[in-house]
Amino acid sequence: MDIVVCVSQTPDTTTKIQVGEDGKNIDSTGVKFILNPYDEFAVEEGLKLREAHGGEITLLCVGDDSAKENIRLGLAMGADKAILVKDEAKADSFSVASQLADVLKESNLDIVLLGRQSIDYDSAQMGPTLAELLGRPCVSFVTSLEIDGTSVKAERDIEGGKEVVETSLPCVITAQKGLNEPRYPKLPDIMKAKKKPIEEREGTSPAARVETLSLNKPEQKSGGTVLDGTPEGIKELVRLLREEAKVI
Amino acid sequence: MPITNPDYYDINALLNEEERMVGETVRAFVEEEILPIIEEHYQAGTFPIEIVKRCGELGIFGTTIPEEYGGGGMNSITYGLINRELERGDSGIRSLVSVQSSLVMYPIWQYASEDLKREWLPKLASGDAIGCFGLTEPDFGSNPGGMITTAQETDSGYVLNGAKMWITNGTLADIAVVWAKLDGVVRGFLVEKGRPGFSAPEMKNKHSLRASVTSELVLQDCEIPKTHIFPEIKGLRGPFSCLNQARYGISWGAIGAAMACYDSSVEYATSRIQFDGPIARFQLVQNKLVWMLNEITKAQLLSYRLGRMKDQGTWRPQQVSMAKRNNVWMALECARIARDIHGANGILSEYPIMRHQANLESVKTYEGTHDIHTLIIGNDITGIPAFTGN
Ligand SMILES: Cc1cc2nc3c(=O)[nH]c(=O)nc-3n(C[C@H](O)[C@H](O)[C@H](O)COP(=O)(O)OP(=O)(O)OC[C@H]3O[C@@H](n4cnc5c(N)ncnc54)[C@H](O)[C@@H]3O)c2cc1C
Repeated sequence: MDIVVCVSQTPDTTTKIQVGEDGKNIDSTGVKFILNPYDEFAVEEGLKLREAHGGEITLLCVGDDSAKENIRLGLAMGADKAILVKDEAKADSFSVASQLADVLKESNLDIVLLGRQSIDYDSAQMGPTLAELLGRPCVSFVTSLEIDGTSVKAERDIEGGKEVVETSLPCVITAQKGLNEPRYPKLPDIMKAKKKPIEEREGTSPAARVETLSLNKPEQKSGGTVLDGTPEGIKELVRLLREEAKVI
Repeated sequence: MPITNPDYYDINALLNEEERMVGETVRAFVEEEILPIIEEHYQAGTFPIEIVKRCGELGIFGTTIPEEYGGGGMNSITYGLINRELERGDSGIRSLVSVQSSLVMYPIWQYASEDLKREWLPKLASGDAIGCFGLTEPDFGSNPGGMITTAQETDSGYVLNGAKMWITNGTLADIAVVWAKLDGVVRGFLVEKGRPGFSAPEMKNKHSLRASVTSELVLQDCEIPKTHIFPEIKGLRGPFSCLNQARYGISWGAIGAAMACYDSSVEYATSRIQFDGPIARFQLVQNKLVWMLNEITKAQLLSYRLGRMKDQGTWRPQQVSMAKRNNVWMALECARIARDIHGANGILSEYPIMRHQANLESVKTYEGTHDIHTLIIGNDITGIPAFTGN
């Protein structure tokens, strides 16, 4: 089975995000980047598919050199090789998806796995856009995947429940939490990952279709009011609930 | 943003990609699989045996042993980072790995016959077998050269007689590296579990390293085959070469415990309110935090530099003594100061402080006590050995 897993890196979940000087990007100085957590589910699913059906796993990433460390993490988890399409700009989701599609159009892939979204910009467009560009079916937010021959049965999260769908290979799947438990890389495999190839290609940096105007941090929550338990305090509480909060 | 997980002098920048990735992987493993269970085991005085297999699966044992024997073929910085991350969890878990990797796999790799290497190293690497290292005796701790355990040559092999004490993993071990005197000279032997005349009762009622097994080894006319001696290595050089490996790792491990105490202290000091504000605003509290960060940073530099010298083959045992002595001392001081900062909460199991503090009391004593390392460095400075006090 020819398996492709698209990966990207995102700021570490504990990072305190600062907006950059241009007001449109985050300030990445001192920010530690990690493999997008949803992509870890995609990599793990790729490994399980390879264990069950054999084949090869290629990681595919559009990004700059800094992405290599996290690509290596995917290789250490067990992927066979990687392709890095060099594009610093990554103008918008469409721009990235079309560069992924450019690489994948030529290949005989059976399945493309992605995280359901990256945890930084949260657009959740990459899988569906890529599928459209490749002319393949897409199942998103998948929590369980079964493949038998070319038939694909997937369970996906929907509001308040689960949906079970069927499609066929080749297809695009986006991974939701719960799909699997991503493994830690084995320490010797971290060393071996160094020897696995990361092929670099020049990106085409297609123009953005959606432009970011500004990034804004959420408004600071104000401190709140502390009232004491005296009869006056309780009267004041009732007044505030009625007049300010308008909930009673 | 308060500084936690400190790397004040950016030692991270001196690490390569693989070294960093190994450290981060072990850190995630400790956070997800050790921290959630360790307090309960510590309180109960039990060892989380399932961790042995997990460590094996992840390739945590024998990282510096060549791959052809099931090891990781990695460098010493990597080994150090693994120790640091494990002891950030608990000194007992780090002890398991120190013993397995440095005190059992290392001597088997260096000194045992090819057949025994092929038989034991892969099993020890995968966690399918556990090993222990028996040097200390009831009456010979700091002075192992006085040991009274003996080996006698017979037609078919050797007969061992004597008792070892304070042996980490002893009761669990499938294989024991035992040091005993043959014709008055210290030699190393391999004793498998189940050999007639060999038993390893557990020592109970510890107030320290409670999530680690400590045992006696009893050898009563215990016969082992001819193959089970380390043929070449003679004298205390044998056990000391192993201890150097382990002590180096411990110097990193202690940093992990200190970092855990420091992180908890920063978090606590910035959130605990007394006299209408966080206690972190008091100069006296800041002084404590600064002391910890300062000592942790110095310790990190010592161990980092020692690791690079070890890989270049330019390190000396006296330098290992300095790192072990300094880093364990500073970690224990950090734990005590952290306990202070946490007030009454410092004694609760909700915080890792008291567990680290109690553990570090053992770490300060084993692998050469603090004062024995003082004497080793003192001897290095002056050329005058002060060990016998004469
Ligand atoms: C939890 C735990 C696990 C252990 N695991 C192992 C293990 O796996 N394998 C193993 O072989 N051993 C192990 N040990 C034993 C450990 O290495 C010894 O405890 C240590 O070497 C000290 O020996 P001792 O306890 O007999 O103390 P002693 O040697 O009796 O020392 C007592 C005190 O006297 C001081 N002292 C001794 N000699 C001198 C001197 N010349 N000058 C100045 N001061 C001196 C010491 O510094 C110390 O303060 C373990 C110990 C503990 C606590």
